[in-house]
Amino acid sequence: MKISEKDVSYVADLAHLELTGEERVRFLRDLNSILDYVDRLNELDTSQVQPMAQMTDLGGDAATLREDIHEGLRKSLPHDIALANAPDADGTFFRVPKVIER
Amino acid sequence: MATTPEISVAARAKYEPVIGLEVHVQLLTVTKIFCSCSARFGALPNTNVCPVCLGLPGALPVLNRKAVEFAVLAAMALHCRINQTSIFARKNYFYPDLPKGYQISQYDKPLAEFGAIDITSSGSQKKIGITRLHLEEDAGKSLHEGFPDSAEKTAIDLNRSGVPLIEIVSGPEIASPDEAYEYLTRMKEIILYTGVSDCNMEEGSLRCDANVSVRPRGQRQFGTKTEIKNVNSFRFIRDALEYEIVRQIAVLESGGKITQETRLYNSAEGKTYSMRSKEEAHDYRYFPEPDLLPLVVDEKSHAEIRHSLPELPEARRKRMVADYGITDYDAEVLTASKTLADEFELAAKAAKNPKRVANLVQSELMGRLKAKGLEIASSPISMKGVALSADLVESGAISGKMLKDLYDLCFERNQDFPTIYENARPQQITDPAAIEKIIDEIIATNPKQLEQYRAGKKTVIGFFVGQVMKASKGQANPQMVNELLAKKLEPNA
Repeated sequence: MKISEKDVSYVADLAHLELTGEERVRFLRDLNSILDYVDRLNELDTSQVQPMAQMTDLGGDAATLREDIHEGLRKSLPHDIALANAPDADGTFFRVPKVIER
Repeated sequence: MATTPEISVAARAKYEPVIGLEVHVQLLTVTKIFCSCSARFGALPNTNVCPVCLGLPGALPVLNRKAVEFAVLAAMALHCRINQTSIFARKNYFYPDLPKGYQISQYDKPLAEFGAIDITSSGSQKKIGITRLHLEEDAGKSLHEGFPDSAEKTAIDLNRSGVPLIEIVSGPEIASPDEAYEYLTRMKEIILYTGVSDCNMEEGSLRCDANVSVRPRGQRQFGTKTEIKNVNSFRFIRDALEYEIVRQIAVLESGGKITQETRLYNSAEGKTYSMRSKEEAHDYRYFPEPDLLPLVVDEKSHAEIRHSLPELPEARRKRMVADYGITDYDAEVLTASKTLADEFELAAKAAKNPKRVANLVQSELMGRLKAKGLEIASSPISMKGVALSADLVESGAISGKMLKDLYDLCFERNQDFPTIYENARPQQITDPAAIEKIIDEIIATNPKQLEQYRAGKKTVIGFFVGQVMKASKGQANPQMVNELLAKKLEPNA
């Protein structure tokens, strides 16, 4: 499968990334090389194989459920720790550049 | 004032609207759907957060059992088929209040499908199909305004990130804004009965987006639709749909084309506005969530959850009409909330004559409420009060006229019936001699009934009790009347 420069622009747009012409060419090359590699899987005939999303899918394993209680479960983070890694915060909120609908 | 596009009645009649609704309902769990942070509304910003709901690297989601049970319960109440296996999927988009860059939702294998809600449309019954009901997590909250630097910055509160939601998607089967309103009202009522959500629109625990298109009457193919977001009351949804239908018809009638887009409703102006978003922004590139195994709701848990399903409003109304002989309208009023219906039934069943309780609600309470412009939830007379008054009338302790006076007094003073009755209770006659005197008179003037009683028809005592109570203007002590009558009616008395 080969993608075009248009596909690169489209995906970049979805990710809110602005690419220069040079970067688009580079990403086109990189992405196509990744897709070529993954394409090798197509050498196998999987028409008779059930799709699976998890390694344990086939065993019929089901999601583990957690009880809806506060006690004995992991606590929320202290407020200052929760905000600690944010590039911008005012002590109460995370802050981001003004959000503009696209 | 809003300038609504003008269209002629003929143009309006030429088209029919097609409406589909997507409703998000927040589930009343204690903790979030994939982590043990509190899911409650109103905490200080960013205090109910942890590595999972902040989307920190390496954190893994674990599904909340209660969220699953609540979602299944809601799905059952909406007559959906529960899929034994459903799959969580990642819905990818970038927005600052979605820290992971994807929302965990369900896509091609939702928890439940093929439900329906019965609505009344122009006097007749109609079924609106529910295409799917699935579990997902909520995003955080963006605050675009209200800060000194709001022109440059947006503030983010992630307390809501990871709060459990169900999304309920209707089929494109709703044919008018009124039907949409009715559908939402019935849905809210059913969800409230199940108790899985408080459906509080102000706090965002019930949110609705509407898809709407118009097509020439008789055409099978749907027209191009628009999506209306940002509507925070059922009335506004009805108004926004009405505006949007007229707008679309006006565009088509003037030879234009509808653009598929998202529109925001401005309730102050009563108009919808294009968000001018690029359509490709809606490519969510769903794929199965690798961090969560398939959700399996087996037969056993299925049966357990079904067991906790309460009687639903529609069925309850029908039963109450049959049980208490009340009108459809009164059944509607009495089942407006589960609490009220429970209170009524508890009071009615505890009373000597449940039907009389229902009758009093119907004949004495409703009219007074209406005259005062009160909802039944804020009635001065509680259901217990009505039941007590019914018993007093039943035993003859008070007359119908006295009951009316006492009810008037309750409304005047805004006090419940037991209080008013205690204060205004007519002096009770407890002097045996006085009561015997009345009894003697009644027996003397009713020889035929006396004969019947003495011939063995003991139920005639009820007649005598009634007559004595009436003669005493309801003031004789009923218990003493009963005892004394029983003695006096015996042949050797």
